Amino acid sequence: MTNSLPPKDRVKIPRQEMPTEPPEVRQHDFHEVNLGLTTIQAHAEAARCLECRNPQCVSGCPVGVKIKEFVALVHDGDYLGAAAKIREDNVLPAVTGRVCPQEDQCEGACILGTRFSALGIGYLERFVADYERTSGKIGLPKRAPSTGQRVAIIGSGPAGLSAAGDLVTKGHDVVVFEALHEPGGVLIYGIPEFRLPKEIVRQEIDNLRAMGISFETNVVIGKTYTIDELLGEEGFDAVFIATGAGLPKFLGVPGEHLAGVYSANEFLTRVNLMHANQFPDYDEPVYDCRERVVAVVGAGNTAMDAVRTARRLGASKAMLLYRRSEAEMPARQEEIHHAREEGIEFVTLTAPLEFLGDEKGRLRAARCQRMELGEPDASGRRSPRPIPDSEYEIELDMAIIALGTGANPLVQRATPNLATNERGYIVADAETLETSRPGVFAGGDIVTGGATVILAMGAGRQAAGAIDAYLKSHPPRQDSPAS
Amino acid sequence: MFEIIDARWLAADVKRFEILAPRIAVKQQPGQFVIVRVHDHGERIPLTIAGSDPTSGTITLVVQGIGKTTRLLNSLEAGQAVLDVVGPLGNPSEIRKFGTVVVIGGGVGTAIAWPTARALHEAGNRVLSILGARTRSLIILEDELRAVSDTLFVTTDDGSYGQQGFVTTKLQELIDTEERLDHVLAIGPIPMMRSVADVTRPHGIPTTVSLNSIMVDGTGMCGGCRVLVGNQARFACVDGPEFDASEVDFDVLAQRNAMYRSAEQDALKRFEQSPARDLDRVEHACQLAARHPEVNP
Repeated sequence: MTNSLPPKDRVKIPRQEMPTEPPEVRQHDFHEVNLGLTTIQAHAEAARCLECRNPQCVSGCPVGVKIKEFVALVHDGDYLGAAAKIREDNVLPAVTGRVCPQEDQCEGACILGTRFSALGIGYLERFVADYERTSGKIGLPKRAPSTGQRVAIIGSGPAGLSAAGDLVTKGHDVVVFEALHEPGGVLIYGIPEFRLPKEIVRQEIDNLRAMGISFETNVVIGKTYTIDELLGEEGFDAVFIATGAGLPKFLGVPGEHLAGVYSANEFLTRVNLMHANQFPDYDEPVYDCRERVVAVVGAGNTAMDAVRTARRLGASKAMLLYRRSEAEMPARQEEIHHAREEGIEFVTLTAPLEFLGDEKGRLRAARCQRMELGEPDASGRRSPRPIPDSEYEIELDMAIIALGTGANPLVQRATPNLATNERGYIVADAETLETSRPGVFAGGDIVTGGATVILAMGAGRQAAGAIDAYLKSHPPRQDSPAS
Repeated sequence: MFEIIDARWLAADVKRFEILAPRIAVKQQPGQFVIVRVHDHGERIPLTIAGSDPTSGTITLVVQGIGKTTRLLNSLEAGQAVLDVVGPLGNPSEIRKFGTVVVIGGGVGTAIAWPTARALHEAGNRVLSILGARTRSLIILEDELRAVSDTLFVTTDDGSYGQQGFVTTKLQELIDTEERLDHVLAIGPIPMMRSVADVTRPHGIPTTVSLNSIMVDGTGMCGGCRVLVGNQARFACVDGPEFDASEVDFDVLAQRNAMYRSAEQDALKRFEQSPARDLDRVEHACQLAARHPEVNP
């Protein structure tokens, strides 16, 4: 069954709206906000696709999902076929269908978007991934015959998982090392339950296990093993470094050491990985937000995640402090919209100069300065500049700094001759992602600095292709334990 | 899953564990730590490694039962297991020939100072050790520390054993009587380390302390362990845990470590009222790990 509607009728179908949990309910719990399209909605949305001969959406996708094909399968009602089609290029469809910034990628390139609304590609991806998951019939890609060659992947976040999926399909033995006690990286410790339920991440990881990938948790490469040991006595033929976002950045203003000031990484890890929202059933605590005033500094997706989490933990007032205006906020429109619906206050054109504490070293206020916008800076956004004599205090119980991350040094410090740039990120070839060490590849945030899940997955795919080529030109070692 | 091979009490509330963790045992160097999570609802706590036996694949941890997690740990016996142990984390102690070194262990800090004292002794230093505690029953690892020291001094606050006074009383005596002291290492409660820093600072004696700030991941990712050293924020997990004592802001360390006090007291009270739930979770984790070794290899 093909789409018999002529294009002029297809464009008349409105873009389907994502059903959501009502804001007055969801701001008190951690249930997922977006509920997913219904089957009727999915069918209507799929019918909107113009089936371009040269689909721009695919070139907008960092992993090259065959969007036109999978959407046609949705239209035909072959949801499992659609899921299998996505899985050819994307090992985590249920994840990316939820957290990708589609408006900047596939949907941003969709031709419908120029005169109408872009096709809801992310919604459809999520729909088929959820259908597949609940059907219990997951169509995993077939595995090529074993090559006997072994690849170590450092980090189980999106870059590592994506590379692992491609490499195991090509017949290599893949071991993924994770420093924390649970695999998933930022998908587990960083992105909150209400945006990406952990059960979904766990299922995707179980799928990768079923494909033959081994996961070893509680292993810190650079500490428990070095890369030289992996390539030596541990018998690996190649290594992919995908350690992800590293050390949290702070403002560097006085008072950031006060109790009650967190990095977004710490705050989110305590809640997402350690379940501090379920204290005392879980042991890890987090600052008690109930009836308190919480400010998050920053306006990216992580800032939105943090401030919405604080709201759910019971903050009476949860606000963002941002030094530019709303137009410059780097977060996705959907996140900004959801945050506003949940009563998050946006304090823009404001920069903290200092955090002030009480006699016990606990945060009590932030001294802030009002800003105005000047000329565009290197990022193309209008740069903020301070307004003289505009300082004022905001009373706060808790502040969360969400300004991104710098490079984590653990692997680099323990790996001689691994080239890094002046900011400490690993230098990798733009095409092959190979580092200055032969057989050692790197990709994702540890190369580019903080980016998105899907860009990291794109790097993982790119590395997997290059590693496969490298292994073909370096036949299995005689002493390899796997041979 | 990490099996407890041996567990015995060293003092009231202080227990010594030998835990099977072969990879860490091979790698561990004095001054490094592990992060432990006892069961699947547990918190992650840093514990400095007190030694290891690469042959048997065990690491030694000495645990003082202060809060819920350490009390739970101390209720475990040989044959049981903890769910997660990761490491060795942090930078090793600086081991080289300084000359005359004073190693100060306060309370359970003695367990951490002991392997570093041994390494310093093996590196050819003259090691003068001071072991301090409130009272005699809290003195631990005296024989072990004596074996790696040229001279061992014991102080107790109440005078029940050794010299009456604080470790700093003895340290001041050494400063006054010794020809020169080239280095001081002090590991123990925050007030003790602060006092040691105050005693050595006017004399310009290089002094190192090991900071026990609150951590989550232990790999630099969360920044919760940040301390002020020379007025700069440093991460104890990746920049430490040892720092120049003269530059450490001990007030900030104490304040940050007190951040969760009421939650900690609440958790401890609940545990002491009904420890069964947590002990069940330890058993459950062990059984699960035994059935599915790939869950936690």
